[in-house]
Amino acid sequence: MLEVEGLTVKAGDRIILEDISFTIAPGEVHILLGPNGSGKSTLLRAIMGMGDQEIVAGKIIYNGEDITRLTVDERARLGLGIAVQHSPALPEVRLRDLAGLLAERYGTSWRSPAQALNCDYLLDRGLNENFSGGESKRAELLQLMIQNPRLLLVDEPESGVDLENIAVVGEALNKLLKGERIKQRAKSGLIITHTGYILNYVNADRGYVMLNGRLVCEGNPRDLFEVINERGFEGCLECATCKRI
Amino acid sequence: MRNLQAYLKELKERAEKALTVPAAFGPDFDPALYLKEETDAAAIDGDFSRRMKEAMLLSGFDPEERDRAGSFMQQNDAVLYEEVARAYKGQVEIMAIEKALEKYDWLWDYWWRAVPVDQDKYTAYAALYQKGGYFIRILPGAQIDQPIQSCLLQSENESSQRVHNIIIAEEGSRAEIISGCTTVPQVETGMHLGISEFYVKKGAFLSFTMIHNWAEEFHVRPRSAAIIEDDATFINNYLLLKPVRSLQSNPRAILQGKGARTRFNSIVYGQEDTVLDLGTVLELHGENTRGEAISRAAADGRSRIIMRGKLVASSNTAQALLECKGILLSPNTEMAAIPELEVQGAPRAELSHEASVGPISREAVEYLMSRGLTEEEATSLLLQGFMKVGITGLPEILEKAVDEMTETISLGTM
Repeated sequence: MLEVEGLTVKAGDRIILEDISFTIAPGEVHILLGPNGSGKSTLLRAIMGMGDQEIVAGKIIYNGEDITRLTVDERARLGLGIAVQHSPALPEVRLRDLAGLLAERYGTSWRSPAQALNCDYLLDRGLNENFSGGESKRAELLQLMIQNPRLLLVDEPESGVDLENIAVVGEALNKLLKGERIKQRAKSGLIITHTGYILNYVNADRGYVMLNGRLVCEGNPRDLFEVINERGFEGCLECATCKRI
Repeated sequence: MRNLQAYLKELKERAEKALTVPAAFGPDFDPALYLKEETDAAAIDGDFSRRMKEAMLLSGFDPEERDRAGSFMQQNDAVLYEEVARAYKGQVEIMAIEKALEKYDWLWDYWWRAVPVDQDKYTAYAALYQKGGYFIRILPGAQIDQPIQSCLLQSENESSQRVHNIIIAEEGSRAEIISGCTTVPQVETGMHLGISEFYVKKGAFLSFTMIHNWAEEFHVRPRSAAIIEDDATFINNYLLLKPVRSLQSNPRAILQGKGARTRFNSIVYGQEDTVLDLGTVLELHGENTRGEAISRAAADGRSRIIMRGKLVASSNTAQALLECKGILLSPNTEMAAIPELEVQGAPRAELSHEASVGPISREAVEYLMSRGLTEEEATSLLLQGFMKVGITGLPEILEKAVDEMTETISLGTM
């Protein structure tokens, strides 16, 4: 599904990501862990083609196609979808209009997911304008449900979300990922999480730890979390439960 | 009217003195360059030509008069049509202003009462060389549930229109007027001076939508003012989506009655070498008066746009909001937002403003592109929303025009 090979990314003169390589097979969900500023969000954005950073080396292969130089929308139309950590406010665009436009584009429906995500009351407001953290995440998940991507890139789905909404967000994410898993074309995901709450809702197959722009180890996500909780991210470098990259 | 001759003499003298007075704002030009012998409607041969029809439709005028309570049509200096639909006879009057002044002596009490004749050279030329314009009166208590339409069309190159309109919404009446000013495609250069005086009487509601559709070398100087009485509401919508050489306007609403309300919505799109200097002045004198002036401007090509706004309050219970927002679509444009708030001896009046000028947010475009929209689609969606956000109750015709405009905007220079 996704192969990242030796990806090195620069912002200005600074290397943000260095020699990143990993593969997500169809149907797999991977988790990305790491302290603030380690480069996790940059990696997701680089895969999606967003932001001003420059890819100076490496490749991003999606379903066998090199997408490294494709534009954001081209990647989206191939089946990549992203939920960013902080969605920008778009007061000019009503959620209803965007949902309708996307539903028409992707041949899906928006009314029932809007209801399921308790977004009905947000439909006539400007997108993310004065939305709470939970409202923003739900609105974003609604867009993704309509878009129905094959590869889901999710940046801290729990960020700014209260406990009640975490369940809604977690279940929606699980539904998005699992939706067609039993069918022929499985969906995949790469999820950044700080708290690990999302692991209660999503079956993650593999986890990575990122430090200073490099993937330093990989292993079972729950094991990685346990080690990080006990010894912090630096301790993760010394543990025996994961595979050093 | 008593002393009519004296009043007319006074107007003439004041206008003559103002013939060389430039406008307070906007580029200056010599209106005399566009004065010609009287031009009539000779170009029309029985029926409206296809191109004229198209131009009229673009400015919101339906030549078939479907769902219209009445129509007024003037081509160059000639009034071609003035008709009230059968269902509204006795509720609305529509006629050429000259005819109305002949019919009603009292109308002189409204003539140059809201707009000063000596405001500048453009009011002066409009006064001294006036030809046509309309009189629309909604009779007391009449509830006109379909729009009244007017069209001022210029079909001759290097010519001008100098029209004077008076619109009276009598007590307790309610109506919507769609007024289009337009040229036909072969017209490239010319001048339009339009005086519009609105009188919105007690408890009346008047919505006036002006759609401008000019040519690239046209100079346009509308001069309008509204006097709004107790518990009356005046809504003024303005739309300009086509290039024009220069357009300067600073309409004024005087909320003199208790509980008077007004809302000005302006949507303008500057393209090519268009120069726009557009403002709104709301004067809130009555108790509990409310006003809003909302402007949205998009600047493309090498256009220059100045958005002005002035709120003046002399009542402690007055509240008003001014909002000027502009978006830059090209690196070669210039835009300025100039809000002004003034309180005159009313320390508890509440006036506020919000202004912004900037490009379309790259982050917002990218966010929408991550959903699969192309850059053009994302920009168009944002622009469409920007032009309409905060503007409520736009007539359907305007909504449609704005949507079409944003869909066709060139993104080549972004």
